[in-house]
Amino acid sequence: MAEGAAVVGTGAPVRKPVRRGRWVPYALLAPGLLWLVVFFVVPMITLGSQSLQEGNIDDGYVFTGNVSIYADAVQRYWPHLVRSIGYAATATVLALVLGYPLAYFMAQKAGRWKNILLILVIAPFFTSFLIRTLAWRNILSDDGPVVAFAQSTGFTSLLQAVGLTSNDTLLASKFAVICGLTYNFLPFMILPLYASLERLDPRLVEAAGDLYASPREAFRRVTWPLSLPGVVAGTLLTFIPAAGDFINSRLLGNTETVMIGQVIDSQFLRVLDYPLAAALSFILLTMIVVLVAFYVRKAGTEELV
Amino acid sequence: MGVLSWIRRHLLAFAALAVLALLLVPNVVVAVFSFNDPVGKFNYNWAKFSTDAWAHPCGSPGICESLGLSLRIGVTASLVATVLGTMVALALGRYQFRGRAATNLLIFVPMATPEVVMGSSLLTLFLMLGIPSGALAILIAHIMFCVSFVVVAVKARVATLDPRLEEAAADLGATPAQTFLRVTLPLAAPGIAAGALLAFSLSFDDYIITNFNASPSSITFPMFVWGAAQRGVPVQVNVIGTVVFLAALLFVIAGQVLSNRRQRAV
Repeated sequence: MAEGAAVVGTGAPVRKPVRRGRWVPYALLAPGLLWLVVFFVVPMITLGSQSLQEGNIDDGYVFTGNVSIYADAVQRYWPHLVRSIGYAATATVLALVLGYPLAYFMAQKAGRWKNILLILVIAPFFTSFLIRTLAWRNILSDDGPVVAFAQSTGFTSLLQAVGLTSNDTLLASKFAVICGLTYNFLPFMILPLYASLERLDPRLVEAAGDLYASPREAFRRVTWPLSLPGVVAGTLLTFIPAAGDFINSRLLGNTETVMIGQVIDSQFLRVLDYPLAAALSFILLTMIVVLVAFYVRKAGTEELV
Repeated sequence: MGVLSWIRRHLLAFAALAVLALLLVPNVVVAVFSFNDPVGKFNYNWAKFSTDAWAHPCGSPGICESLGLSLRIGVTASLVATVLGTMVALALGRYQFRGRAATNLLIFVPMATPEVVMGSSLLTLFLMLGIPSGALAILIAHIMFCVSFVVVAVKARVATLDPRLEEAAADLGATPAQTFLRVTLPLAAPGIAAGALLAFSLSFDDYIITNFNASPSSITFPMFVWGAAQRGVPVQVNVIGTVVFLAALLFVIAGQVLSNRRQRAV
């Protein structure tokens, strides 16, 4: 008892995790980690192995270690790979530009409305992703008011002039796919931004003002650098799923906007060319890992400066 | 002056509300078009007000079967993922052990992998093991991608708990099992509930991974919607989308009110 009282009475928070039986943590970890190893790690190995096999679905596959499939895959589908990365990057930048003001407002200005706004930001998720993407077909419908307005203001002509659409409407275009991607992954950008902006002490921004920084300067030198962890997390959570997505390109695009996810899906499930599909899957994963590693490193060093 | 400077001063609020409106417009459109009586098979243009679909939500063949399957898979997957994920989160939050960095990596990587890669890699595993496509394969896949999200949600809660509460329980003579059931679990409950909800909604909404592991006899609700999108989405899809949206919103708001009240009581 006395010992317990002493521990409770020490005042300073005890940071060190409690140590009970040495085997307990491993017993707690085992089922979950085993599941992830068997159904996440092992499949990556079988995916790699599948890409190096030859054969067909009827006669079965044999491992031949034929790496030329990768060169073949890149040669045939590099436009889709480049397009996927391009669309995902554009949507990520747009989501950052749109999401930052809302995240900042929720975190710093919303007061007692904060929780309600937070619920409204996640509320779109309560309706299925597919149904919401289909709703954009209603919104951007050729005979709808949005298209009529865009036509009367010359917005559709502008989009056509820069090559984002191919006719006088909005659907079935690059423009619609990028908008769909931006919309669908926007909450993934807003939530991490909100989390890091909420920790920002408003007195730091006030102090910058007191030291004669203009609002713009205070944002550039105080708010933005302090929100960088949220920016990094948000851009990753937006970019990665967007790069692999094919629902937006399929429902809102045309044959010129096919993304790599759609190719992988149809090679696996319709064309049944498993080695090629597996190779494309692996290439997509590798591209994302390389880009993300490069980006995190760069963002990390900027944070230090 | 006046109006212009007022707008200037509230520019941030306007921008924020405009973005929020953008986020919510599709949900409103889904609800509005659930009352449409479309001309032809595509429900894209407004024709005429009708409550037919609301009166017969199962009126489209296969729609309620697919909804039932999605609910069953969602509940099972989120239950299993919540148990597995909570155990991992407690180990990470409460114990010191070797291999912590590797564990964190294994939890993080599935969240950072495109769904199309996870779905296709699981398909290659199931092909090699001879596990047939269908509800079991879908369930295995859903548990896999839900576990990490549960770990993150529960770990965030466990990190805010004071470990001295558990020590105090032990000092007062509670066995480890009693301490766990009467102290740790109730304190971690909000995080566990959040993780379970997140897991359910991820499972209920998944199309890309499910598509790789489904068979013609295991059509989930998102797969039904996808199939319907090619030939014309029945209005019932909008009805179900709206009902799920309102039910979830009500659920979350009730939870918020409840936790506010509890906080005030403390």
